Amino acid sequence: MFDLDPVMLARIQFAFTVSFHILFPAFTIGLSMWLFVLECLWLRTGKPIYLDTAKHWSKIFAVSFGMGVVSGIVMSYEFGTNWSVLSREGGNILGPLLSYEVLTAFFLEAGFLGIMLFGWNHVPKGVHLLATGAVAFGTLISAFWILSANSWMQTPAGYEVIDGVLHAKDWVELIFNPSFPYRFAHMVTAAYLTTAFCVGGIGAWYLLRNRSVPHGKIMLGMALSLIVWMAPMQLVIGDLHGLNTLEHQPAKVAALEAHWETGSGIPLILFAIPDNEAEENHFEVAIPGLGSLILTHEWDGEVRGLKSWAKEDRPNPIIPFFAFRLMVGCGMIMIALGFIGAFLWFRGTLFTTRWYLRSMVICWPIGFVAVLAGWFVTEVGRQPWVVYNILRTEDAVSPVPGGSVLTTLILFVVVYFFIFGAGMYYMAKLVRRGPDETPPEPDEDEVDLSRRPMAASGNP
Amino acid sequence: MSEYLPVILPLVWAVILAIGVLIYVVLDGFDLGLGVLFPFAPNHRCRDAMMNSVAPYWDGNETWLVLGGGGLLAAFPLAYSLLLPALYLPLILMLCGLILRGVAFEFRYKAETSRWMWDWAFAGGSTLAAFVQGAAIGCFIQGFEIKDNAYAGGAFDWLTPFVIVTGVALVAGYVLLACGWLIMKGDDELRDWAYDIGKKALIAVAAFILIFSIWTPLMHDEIAERWFSLGNMVMLSPVPILTALSVVGVWYALEKRWTYVPFLLSIVIFLLCYTGLIVSLFPFIIPPDITIWDAAAAPKSQLFMLYGAIPLVPIILGYTAYSYYSMWHVKDHGYH
Repeated sequence: MFDLDPVMLARIQFAFTVSFHILFPAFTIGLSMWLFVLECLWLRTGKPIYLDTAKHWSKIFAVSFGMGVVSGIVMSYEFGTNWSVLSREGGNILGPLLSYEVLTAFFLEAGFLGIMLFGWNHVPKGVHLLATGAVAFGTLISAFWILSANSWMQTPAGYEVIDGVLHAKDWVELIFNPSFPYRFAHMVTAAYLTTAFCVGGIGAWYLLRNRSVPHGKIMLGMALSLIVWMAPMQLVIGDLHGLNTLEHQPAKVAALEAHWETGSGIPLILFAIPDNEAEENHFEVAIPGLGSLILTHEWDGEVRGLKSWAKEDRPNPIIPFFAFRLMVGCGMIMIALGFIGAFLWFRGTLFTTRWYLRSMVICWPIGFVAVLAGWFVTEVGRQPWVVYNILRTEDAVSPVPGGSVLTTLILFVVVYFFIFGAGMYYMAKLVRRGPDETPPEPDEDEVDLSRRPMAASGNP
Repeated sequence: MSEYLPVILPLVWAVILAIGVLIYVVLDGFDLGLGVLFPFAPNHRCRDAMMNSVAPYWDGNETWLVLGGGGLLAAFPLAYSLLLPALYLPLILMLCGLILRGVAFEFRYKAETSRWMWDWAFAGGSTLAAFVQGAAIGCFIQGFEIKDNAYAGGAFDWLTPFVIVTGVALVAGYVLLACGWLIMKGDDELRDWAYDIGKKALIAVAAFILIFSIWTPLMHDEIAERWFSLGNMVMLSPVPILTALSVVGVWYALEKRWTYVPFLLSIVIFLLCYTGLIVSLFPFIIPPDITIWDAAAAPKSQLFMLYGAIPLVPIILGYTAYSYYSMWHVKDHGYH
C-alpha cells in the first residue's frame, strides 16, 4: 500500500495538517464573536458575571487561538512545499486571495490579540471592546478569503488560461465564484454552531456539578438561543449548497450519494458499502424515489451516476459517502438538541433536566466532527481535480522525493499530537478551574506562578 | 503606461516584500533571540520576565512571516514554487520549531509540573527556527539548481558548511537584537545581564560579517565583481563603512549602558547587512538563474494586490505600533 507514492503522501500530509488546523478556526471564529457579545453585555448592564465569563473563556480562547496560528503558518507554506505546480500555475489567482487574507485579517487579529488578552486593566474599556471586536471581525474576514480561494478551486470562474498558466480575468467574478456564497455561509454557520456546542456543553457540565451555576446558565442559555435557530438554518444552507454542487460538481454529488447509474426518480441510499472497483454498492439499504427529491427538489429529477465518468475522472465514493452521512447525522442531532432545549426552557426546566444536560455535555465536540466530515466530503469529492476540470491533483505535486514527504509527515504527526494533547489538557484544566467569581484586581506587577489561585472549589 | 507595468510592478513588489522581510527579521528576530537566550538566563524570575515581555506581540511578529509566504506566492509565484521544494526539509523543520515555541507562550503559564517541557520547547523551537532562517539566507547566496522551471536538486543539497555558518550567524544576530530588547524592557537584573551578553553577541556578529564579506565574493565571481569593480567600490563603500561604524556604536552604547540605542543601532546593522545581500543578489530572486521579472506574477495580479497593499500596509503599521505602545509598560502578562 505504501510504495512512497509522493502524490498520496502529499495528500495525506495536507489532509492531516489542514484537518488539524481547521479545528481551531472552527472554534475561534465563533468564540471570539461570543466574547465580543459578552463584553458588550457587560458594558451595557455592568453585571460582573458577564465579565467573569468573558475572562474565563478568553483564557481558553488564547490557547486555541495560539494553536490555530502556528498550525496556520504551516498551511501558508505547504502550498509551495507540497503543491509547487499548483502554486506556479495558480499563483496569479490564489496568491492575491491569500495575500488579502494576510493583509485584511491576520494582521488585524494579531495586532489586537495582545490587547484583547492582556490589556484588560491597561487600556480604556472602549479600546478593549474594540480590540475584541477587531479579532472577531478578523476571523470572519479570514474565513471570507480562504473560502473564496477554496471555492474558486472547486468552481473556477473569472479566469483565463494563457500558456498553461491561470490568469485572472474578472476579480469580482473570481472572488464571488459560483460555490463561494454557499460555502462561506455553510462554514461560518458551522463555526458558530461548533462554538455554541462547546460553550453549551461546558455550561451544562457546570450545572450538573452544581458549581459556577449562574455562569453555567449564561453559557447554556446563550448557546441554546443560537443553536435553536441556527441548526435548522444550517440544514437549509446545506441543502442550497448541495443544489449548487449538483450543478457545478455533479460527480461529487454522485459520490456522496453513491449513485452509479444515471437516472430519474433515484432512491435515497441510507447505508451501503460503495465499491469503486466493481462499480456497485454492497449491503445497500435505500428508500425508493427519495434521492431525486432531496437532490433536485423534484420527484423525477435526473441525477448523473458515477459510471457516466471514466474511473480516472471521478472520485472514489467511499469517503464522501460515509463522511456525508456522518455530517448530516450530526446536524440532525444538533437540530433535535436545539428544539428539545427550547422546549425545556419554555417549560422552565432546562437547567434542571439532568438527562438533557448530560446529552449536551456528551455532544460538546459534535461541531468539530461535523466540520471535519463536511470538509472530507467536499475535498475528497472534488478529486481527481485540485482546480476543478483544470488541474489534476497528481499533476500539481512538488518534485520532492517520497522519502522527504514521509519523513515530514511523521514529524508533523508527532509534533501535532504532542501539542494537541497538551492543548486539550490545558484547556480541560481551565474548564475544571472554572470562572473566577470575584474579579482578580488589584494589579500584580510580578508573575508568581506558585501563588496563582487555584479554583476555590478545587479540582473534581 | 501599461507597457511599463511588467517592468515596474515586479520592482515595486520586490521592494514591498523586501521591506516586509526586514520587518519580520527585526520583529521576530528579537522574539526568537529571546528563545535562544532563554536557557542561559540568570534565574526563573528572569525567564518569566523575558517571556512576558514579548507575549502580547509574538503572534503579530510571526504574521510578517505569513505575509512573506503569501506575498511571495502572489507576487512571484515561480519563485515560491521553486524555493519551497528546494528548501523542503529545512523549512518544515523551521515550521515545527515555530509551532513548539509559539504554543509554549500559552502552555507554559497553564502548566505547573510540566513547565520545564515548555521552557525547552520555547528555547529549542526558537533556536531551530532562527538557525534555519539563517541557513536559508545562505542558500540564496549559494544558489539553487533549477531545470525547466522546477527544482532539480536533491533533498540535502542545501546542507553545506557555508549554510551552517550563515545559520549560526543569524542566531548570533538575533541574540544581539534580543539583548537590545531586554535592555529596553527588562528590570535591573535582566539589563545587567543583557549588557554583558550583548557585547559577546556583538563580537560574534562582527566576526561573522567579516567572514561573509570575504567568503561570499570568493564563492561567486559575479558578486566579487559587483563589489570590487572600481566605480561600484566607491559607490558601495558607504555600506561597509556604515556597518563598521554601527558595530562600534553598539559597543559604545553597551559600554555607556544606554537604553534604546543598542536595539535601534542593532537594527541598523541588520539593515546594512540586508542591503549588502540585496546588492550582491539583485536582480535575482532565485539565484543564479531566475530574476524578479522572470518570476513575477501577471501584472493584473500584482496590480490588484497593490491597490490593497497601498492603503492596508500603513494601517497595519499604525495599529501594530499602537499595540506596542499601549502594552509597552505592562509587565504582568502571565495572569491569563
